[in-house]
Amino acid sequence: MDYQLTEQQKMIQELCRRIAKEKIQPIAADLDKKGEFPKEIIELLAQSDLFAIFIPAEYDGALELPAGQKVGGVLDLCIATEELSRACGGTAVCYAASALGTFPIVLYGNEEQKKKYLPFIASGKKLVAFGLTEPEAGSDASAIKTTAKKAGDFYVLNGTKHFITNGGDAEIYTIIAMTDKSKGARGASAFIVEKGTPGFSFGKEEDKLGIRASITRELIFNDCKIPKENLLGREGLGFIMTMKTFDISRPGVAAQAVGIAQGALDLTVRYAKERHQFGKAISSFQGIQWMLADMATQIEAARALVYSVARNIDSGKTDVVKESAMAKVFASDTAMRVTTDCLQIYGGYGYMKDYPIEKYMRDAKITQIYEGTNQIQRNIIAIQLIKETAK
Amino acid sequence: MDIIVCIKQVPETTQVRINPATNTLIREGVKAIINPFDTYAIEEAVRLKERFGGKTTVISMGPPQAEEALREAMAMGLDEAVLLTDRAFAGSDTLATSYIVSCAIEKLTPFDLILCGKQASDGDTAQVGPGISTHLDIPQVTYVKKIREVGNSYALVERMTEEGYEILKVALPALLTVVKEINEPRIPSLRGMMRAKRAQVLCWKAQDISADSGRIGLDGSPTQVVKIFTPPPRKGGQIFEGETSDIVEKLVELLKDQI
Repeated sequence: MDYQLTEQQKMIQELCRRIAKEKIQPIAADLDKKGEFPKEIIELLAQSDLFAIFIPAEYDGALELPAGQKVGGVLDLCIATEELSRACGGTAVCYAASALGTFPIVLYGNEEQKKKYLPFIASGKKLVAFGLTEPEAGSDASAIKTTAKKAGDFYVLNGTKHFITNGGDAEIYTIIAMTDKSKGARGASAFIVEKGTPGFSFGKEEDKLGIRASITRELIFNDCKIPKENLLGREGLGFIMTMKTFDISRPGVAAQAVGIAQGALDLTVRYAKERHQFGKAISSFQGIQWMLADMATQIEAARALVYSVARNIDSGKTDVVKESAMAKVFASDTAMRVTTDCLQIYGGYGYMKDYPIEKYMRDAKITQIYEGTNQIQRNIIAIQLIKETAK
Repeated sequence: MDIIVCIKQVPETTQVRINPATNTLIREGVKAIINPFDTYAIEEAVRLKERFGGKTTVISMGPPQAEEALREAMAMGLDEAVLLTDRAFAGSDTLATSYIVSCAIEKLTPFDLILCGKQASDGDTAQVGPGISTHLDIPQVTYVKKIREVGNSYALVERMTEEGYEILKVALPALLTVVKEINEPRIPSLRGMMRAKRAQVLCWKAQDISADSGRIGLDGSPTQVVKIFTPPPRKGGQIFEGETSDIVEKLVELLKDQI
C-alpha cells in the first residue's frame, strides 16, 4: 500500500531494508542464540545517520521541525524500526530504545541539556536507555522506590532499576526517581545520568525468551551523586513526563510488532510455496491460503493505524494517548497472533530452532508486555473513552 | 589527490538471458544496479579521499537511466558525477567505449588516479579499464587487491595473480582496476543519499567531449558479435589407471589420434 511517504522516509525505508537484509538477517540466529549485543550493527546504523532521524536539525539531527514544535520524526523512526524488525526484533529494540531514552530530553530538556547530549545521540556515538521499571513497580509505575535527594548542587540517587533495555551498553540514562515520596506520583522527577558516574553500576543481565540480541540489565544506584543541572524539567514532573514520552514512543513498539509480523509472514509465504504435502505445495490448500490472507490483512491494518498515529504526532498533535495505546495493542496482538499462525503453517519444522520462524514468535511476545502491558493500554483507552463521553 | 571512478550500470542478475536473434542481453524486467565490481572502486576512491582529501568524480557511459547508478555512487561519498549519454554512442564496443570515456577524462584533467572495477558482470570483458589507460597513454595496473602507499608521484600496489600477488610501484597519474579483495563497500548513509538526490549530474554528449564521430558507436566498433550462447557444461574427462609408464603410453597414443 502506498502510504505517501516523504522522500526522506522512503530513503530510510530503503536503507533499513538493505541493512536488515544484507547485514542483520545473516547473523540474527546467531545473535539470538548467544544473547549477544549487535555492536557492529549499531555502529552501522550510526554511520548511516539513523540515530539522527529523531533529533532536530539544530542539534545535529536530520529532523526538520515546524517552528514551535519540539518533537517529530516518529513516523521516520517507526519505518526504520519496522524494517529492522523484519530481520531481528532484538536488534531493532537496541536501536528504538535509544529513541525512548532520548524523547524526555527532546521534550523537556533545557537548551544546555539538549546541546550537551543530543549531538552525541544523533551521531550514534552514545546509546541511550530509559530507566523507570523496578522489581516492585511494573504496571504500577508510580510505586517506584528509587530516590533522588537534593544535597546542595547535587542530587543523590539510591535504588535499583531492572529490565532496562541497553543497560550497560548505553552511555546516557534517563532515570525516573522520587524526589518527594510523600507526594506519590507527583513526587517523581526525571534525571540524566551518565555511565561512569561514581555510585552507578550494573547488576544482573537477564536471560530472556526473545529479543535476545538486546541486553536487559539492572541499574544500581548507590549514593550516586549527579549535578543538579541533570534534572529534566522541574521536580515532580517525572511521572507526567514518562506518560508523555510513552505516548510518542508506543508507536515505535507497535512498528516493531508490525515488522516482526511482516518478517514472519514473508518467510511463511515462501515456505508454503516450497513445502509439499499430499503431492502439492501447501500454499495451494485453501485452509493455508485463508490463514495467509487473514495475516496479511491484519498486518496491513496494524501498519495503517501505526503510521496514522505517528503522522498525528509528527504534525504536532499532542493529545494522542488513546490512539497511541490503540496502535500498540492492535499491532502487538496482531504480531503475536500472526507469528503463532506462521509457526503453525511451518508445522513440526517451525517448532525446531533450525528454522527461523520460532524466533519471531518469541520476539513478538514482548511487544504485548513492555512499554505498558496490553492490559494497561486497554485501561488507558477505556479511561479516555469514558472521559470523552463525559464532556 | 583527485580521483576519477569509472562505473557501468548492469542488470541485477547472475543469470543473464540472451536474445538469440539480436545477440544482446535481455534487460527488460531486470533491475539495474552498479556493476558489483565497480562498487569496490567507488569505496576505494572514498577511502583515499578520506585519507588524502581531493576531489572525486564518478563517470559512466550509458542510457539516461544510468544517472541512478551515478547518484548511488555519490550517495556512497563521491563528489561529482558525469553521465556520457548520446544516441551516437549506441552500439559502442569496448574499443569505442574506452575511447569515449578517455575523451571525457581528458576534459577532467588534471587527475591523479583512475579507478575501475576489474570487469563488468554482464559482458565480463575486462577491456574497458585497460583501454582507457591506453587511449590516455598512462600506466595501468589490473587486478589490484591493495593500495599500500600513495606518494606524490607514485602508488605502491599489490596486484593479484593466480599464484599470489605482485608488488608494483606505478607512476601517477595511473589507472587501476580493482578486485573484490581490496575492501568492503559501505552502505550509503541517509545524509549521503539526500545529498546525492539533490546533486547535479553533468550530461555530456559526443560534441561536449570532442569525440571523433568515426571512433564512436557502431562505426567506431570493429567487434562483431557473431553469436552469443551459454556454453554447454563440460563433459567429464577420461581417467586412466595403472602403472605410470603404461598410462603415459596410452595418453600419448590418444593424443596422436586426436591431432
